[in-house]
Amino acid sequence: MDPLHQFQINPILQIVIAGYDVSFTNSAFFMVVAVALIYALLVFGMSGRALVPGRLQSLAEIFYEFVANMVRDNAGHDARPYFPFVFAIFMFVLFGNLVGMIPFTFTFTSHIIVTFTLAATVFVFVTVLALMKHGLHFFSFFMPHGAPVMLAPILIPIEVISYLMRPVSLSIRLFANMMAGHTMLKVFAGFTVMMISGLGAVGFLAGLVPLAINIALTGFEFLVAFLQAYVFSILTCLYIRDALELH
Amino acid sequence: MPNLLAKRRLVRWSGAAGASLATLTVLAGNVLAATAEHAPEAAHGGEHAAGGLPQLNPATFPTQIFWLALTFITLYYLLSKKALPRVAEVLEERQERISRDLSKAASLKEEAEGAMAQVDQSLAGARSEAQALIAQVAAEIDANNHARQAQLNAENAERLRSAEANIAAAKEQAIANVRSISADIARDVAGRLAGLNVDAAQADAAVAAVIEERRS
Repeated sequence: MDPLHQFQINPILQIVIAGYDVSFTNSAFFMVVAVALIYALLVFGMSGRALVPGRLQSLAEIFYEFVANMVRDNAGHDARPYFPFVFAIFMFVLFGNLVGMIPFTFTFTSHIIVTFTLAATVFVFVTVLALMKHGLHFFSFFMPHGAPVMLAPILIPIEVISYLMRPVSLSIRLFANMMAGHTMLKVFAGFTVMMISGLGAVGFLAGLVPLAINIALTGFEFLVAFLQAYVFSILTCLYIRDALELH
Repeated sequence: MPNLLAKRRLVRWSGAAGASLATLTVLAGNVLAATAEHAPEAAHGGEHAAGGLPQLNPATFPTQIFWLALTFITLYYLLSKKALPRVAEVLEERQERISRDLSKAASLKEEAEGAMAQVDQSLAGARSEAQALIAQVAAEIDANNHARQAQLNAENAERLRSAEANIAAAKEQAIANVRSISADIARDVAGRLAGLNVDAAQADAAVAAVIEERRS
């Protein structure tokens, strides 16, 4: 009945490399599942190479064009080479969220360490990209253009902190959304079970209320699953644009 | 050519991204493993007595980071090398096909418009030809009518003139007759009343003088 039990990491296969416990766990299993599903969708979906696409091919193409448009509109035309990176991020997060919506699965995006590692990857990626593209000129990013020089002692620390906070906010947003949503689903489901076991026949009727809420929440969670993947990748696009343009 | 260039850059960047991800993972793993030894209960120990949030258990961090890195790099590799170029190819092919069909449709439309113009032109030609023909026939009919009219007028005038001549002749005849009869009567009357023997020529001259006098 513990609503947090669903977040428990359970090893399936014990593996220790160089002193670190890197066991194959339920989390790892669903990461593999997500990757396999994404790859299967794109490869089997596109295997027909039909001029007029079928359902699966349409889905694959919609994902492709959705992310391609997102990259073009938010990161600019120069960001084309980084499209696969954004696409991988979007699909990985989206499928992680969606696979987690299936009962008895594990939502690996509800773990802060996973979202933080992804966000940090984005952070390091855009920082390295900006440094490679602009060299030391990159640090001018922390002094807003046209601001009075006198304000520099205040502005620069603020800008630096807000830049360093990017991976934190990016990871916590996704993690907190996924964890909160799944916990709520479990809590309301728990209400129904408790009412039935505690109140008997009346409980069946009263239990319908949290059940109805749970149904609505499930729909809401699907929206959140998509929205958070979208937010995560659109912010990645915006960071890439910052790195490319240093506005 | 730009497509080829973009692909080469894409490959280069996929390598760079993979490398940075791997480096980051190793770094983060080290840092987290180090902090895992001190951090856990100190921060959240009080609130979550029974183990707390599974998310905050640092013992599970290395495995999650390891498998995330492994699966994400695999995904990135599969997508950038295999899946995405295939999708791009299909989309490009379709775009090409569509634009080819569109240009074909445009040329066909142009052709149809040309044919339409030709039809219009020949129609206009036929119409003007018909108009000319109508005008010609009308003129012919008009001329015919005029000629007939003139001929009839001339005939009528001729008939009128001969009739008038006949009338004049008849009138002359009648006057001549009246003169000779009048002369005869005048000679007779003069002989009977006055016993004068007037000869024919004298009587005739007298009657002619009277007639002349009345006429004027």
